[in-house]
Amino acid sequence: MKAKFKIKDSLQENRTFLSRAVTLLFFVIVLFAILLSRLAYLQIETHKKYTALSLNNRVKLSVLPPVRGLIYDNNGVVLAQNNPSYTLELIPEQIDNIEKTLEALSKIIPVNEKDIERFNRKRLHSKRFSSIPLRSRLNESEVALFAVNRHLFPGVEVHARLLRHYPFPEITSHIVGYVGAINEKDLKKIDLVNYRETRFIGKTGIERSYEDRLHGTVGYQQTENTAQGRSIKLLDKIPPITGQDLTLNLDIKLQRIAYDALGDHTGSVVGIDTANGAIKVFVSKPGFNSNLFVRGISQKDYSALQKASNKPLFDRSLRGQYPPGSTLKPFLGLAGLEAKVISKNQKKFCPGYYQLPKQKHKYRDWKKTGHGATNIHDAIVQSCDVYFYKLAHALEIDKMHDFLQLFGFGLTTGIDLLGEKKGLLPSQQWKKDKYGTSWYPGETLIAGIGQGFNLTTPLQLAHATSILANKGIAHKPSIVSKIEGNIVRDNIEPTTNLSLNNPNNWGIIIAAMQDVIEGLRGTARRIKSKDYSIAGKTGTAQVFGIKQEEKYDEDTVAQHLKDHALFIAFAPVDKPQLAIAVIVENGGHGGSVAAPIARAIFDEYFESL
Amino acid sequence: MNWSKKSTAFNSQYQHKKPGLAFFHIDATLLALLVLLSIIGLMILYSAGQGDNALLVRQLTRLGVAFAAMVIIAQIPPYTLRRLSPILFILGVGLLLGVLFFGDMGKGAQRWLNLGFFKFQPSELLKLATPMMVAWYLSDHHLPPKLKHVVFAMIFIIIPTLLIAKQPDLGTSILIASSGIAVLFLAGVSWRIIITVMVMLAALAPALWSVMKDYQRQRVLTFLNPESDPLGAGYHIIQSKIAIGSGGTSGKGWMNGSQTQLDFLPESSTDFIFAVFSEEFGLIGCIGLLSIYVLIFLRSIYISIQAQDTYSRLLAGSLAATFFVYLFVNVGMVTGILPVVGVPLPLISYGGTSMVTLLIGFGILMSIHTHRKLLSS
Repeated sequence: MKAKFKIKDSLQENRTFLSRAVTLLFFVIVLFAILLSRLAYLQIETHKKYTALSLNNRVKLSVLPPVRGLIYDNNGVVLAQNNPSYTLELIPEQIDNIEKTLEALSKIIPVNEKDIERFNRKRLHSKRFSSIPLRSRLNESEVALFAVNRHLFPGVEVHARLLRHYPFPEITSHIVGYVGAINEKDLKKIDLVNYRETRFIGKTGIERSYEDRLHGTVGYQQTENTAQGRSIKLLDKIPPITGQDLTLNLDIKLQRIAYDALGDHTGSVVGIDTANGAIKVFVSKPGFNSNLFVRGISQKDYSALQKASNKPLFDRSLRGQYPPGSTLKPFLGLAGLEAKVISKNQKKFCPGYYQLPKQKHKYRDWKKTGHGATNIHDAIVQSCDVYFYKLAHALEIDKMHDFLQLFGFGLTTGIDLLGEKKGLLPSQQWKKDKYGTSWYPGETLIAGIGQGFNLTTPLQLAHATSILANKGIAHKPSIVSKIEGNIVRDNIEPTTNLSLNNPNNWGIIIAAMQDVIEGLRGTARRIKSKDYSIAGKTGTAQVFGIKQEEKYDEDTVAQHLKDHALFIAFAPVDKPQLAIAVIVENGGHGGSVAAPIARAIFDEYFESL
Repeated sequence: MNWSKKSTAFNSQYQHKKPGLAFFHIDATLLALLVLLSIIGLMILYSAGQGDNALLVRQLTRLGVAFAAMVIIAQIPPYTLRRLSPILFILGVGLLLGVLFFGDMGKGAQRWLNLGFFKFQPSELLKLATPMMVAWYLSDHHLPPKLKHVVFAMIFIIIPTLLIAKQPDLGTSILIASSGIAVLFLAGVSWRIIITVMVMLAALAPALWSVMKDYQRQRVLTFLNPESDPLGAGYHIIQSKIAIGSGGTSGKGWMNGSQTQLDFLPESSTDFIFAVFSEEFGLIGCIGLLSIYVLIFLRSIYISIQAQDTYSRLLAGSLAATFFVYLFVNVGMVTGILPVVGVPLPLISYGGTSMVTLLIGFGILMSIHTHRKLLSS
């Protein structure tokens, strides 16, 4: 009985089991269907998305920054170049323990807290597997030390990056300018794609003005990479296009001579080739070490440069605005002759001062005893103020303004540099607009000797001198002569073509200017040369404070109140080649301080020809 | 005891007529499928290891050992296994406790028992001992089991499950729990009990959460939202999905999966090897591979149905079910529908211990199938 029961029981159990096994099978089929549909979803429905992600994983797009174009002087001397600079860089994703690595590294190569801080900051903002600089400017021995220990530091490498270098940092600091790290302001102006991997941008001078030429075009490279960031093969490459090389009209030898000739003075020298407007000399002193800015100038150095009373960062040649003083007289003389308020031989008496009709105020001549009866020639040679008071009074301010403007006064020259100042050429309308008051006759007199409201830049003065030297014909000043070896002449025709009512008037003024140097009583007779003839004009500008919106320290005020010494000149007189403007801040007299600087440049210029 | 009667019945006759594999208690169908799977596994492993021959040789050695173990176990008649069940279970639990106190720490989890000459994972023993124990216990009583027996069976399941979860090895504890539960289910536990227990488990979930280790919680959180931590815990699953998805219908070709060959896919030769296969062989390959697994499952279920006694039936059915759970959990986690719990892909993932256990399980299945008495056919 028991056994019978047992068998029946077993059958029952068997049936139960079978039904459960079938249920299990059903579950399995459902789960299998879930797996299959999941796979189908991933591999068919979202296949494209994952293919893209897989490609994104595998293919690394690297940006290849272009090499910046070089800058040469007229004779092929390099003024701006790219030197390799060694940087210690880390790829955090390839390093197991960054803390330990940093600690071990610092035993070989000095790494300070700031470096690490900067590194950590950069790390937060970088993509995966990008190389993050830890320390820059490694020296040779540091590079060698790391090379020996390199196997100890996977994920750490020394990279050679190109760093801008200026072989003549001080004397070309303004004209060539410098590059610096791209800042927020720059970011708004640049094409972000083209500057993807670029770290520097031109900040001043040619580096800034020709940024788009010098920079070049970015390149790309696609490589197949492993998860560890190791490149396996090159898939595609668009090489970067190197920036264009610039050749300047500037002559570094002349530049050096001008810079040295200024001695301890602050000031500016601009020399222009009269034949084509080529800038041969463009000095602003003091200069500064422009290489400091490339490396990332320290706050301390920067504020020292900014606060220095002689303002080394200020480009005097392009942006310094000075009263032209007596250097304006030849132009005013020409204006007088053209307007026929004076004539070649007509003499005016100089008692040492001038008074406006019905006024007591005496407008003094620099020579207290007066020059006596003076014609235009002598008035320029000896820089007679009274003659020019009378001339100005007769001519009146608006005519002076209109005529002087023909020489570019009060206007930008259009030089191929950014940030040029246009000086100030006063007129009745100008004063009304600016101050809302009418013009006083006394102001005309002051303007007649290049003082008062008049302001010119050294570049303007040199340009005006070159117009005068060429008797009305001149080219726009230009600093870059060749881009990538191709001559840049956007205008072969002269940009200034002045014709006088009486062309003989040129000769009258130029003859007078020649006697400033070669005449017995010329104010610049000390620079007379046996080898070539020079025409020029000295100037001494009273200082009311340069318009630079900065305050001077009290102890420098005395020096600061000294007059500026000016000198304009061109040579040779018959066939002019070079026009020069020299301004020596607080230098005293133009003839004694400024003129010899011009002579030094002429000497070198004609000797090298 | 009635089981002794049964065992004498088993003892009496064997199927001797057909010489060949059956003579050695080997099931030819199962063997063919397992060998096929192993060959495919070696091929994928070669690709996952990026052509590393040493890796392949080590895996091949393990496979050899595992298949040998399978053949040896297949010789043991089911009634012997049945008698051994409680002893193995008690030994396994004892060893688990040993691991708790003397185990080696590996990857922050305590799993290994160092026996001096070799390291041993007691949890592997329990993968088999637990269903054996439950099958032994239940087959001893009338089926479907009464509530009292279900409670006892549950205790047998919960003890190793908790001990292993505590190591912590969530993957193995899930497999052990499912193997025990499968026995209960096949034994015919009433649906009412099943539903009640499920409701209770759902209620227990918060308690389970509080017991979990940080990394286990992280895994669950990452599973719920892998993109929340793309470089940390979510990296595995994201890269795995990229590998599978980019494989498309026909795959990138053997040894050509960029996710695998360029090291983007982590754990590519172990837990995530299915992603390697999916990337290189696509959906078509996946259907083929999964079909082999399903065929193995079907053969196993067939064996269980053909089994002649309750113990064998329950054990064979549980082994079949667990095998599928293995597959489902692994493919589920690799494809991102289950959290990452660390379950290898049976017979394909690189790694030794679990493969030996798995094939011993198939050895048991073969034993059950080949030790049937003539009467049944």
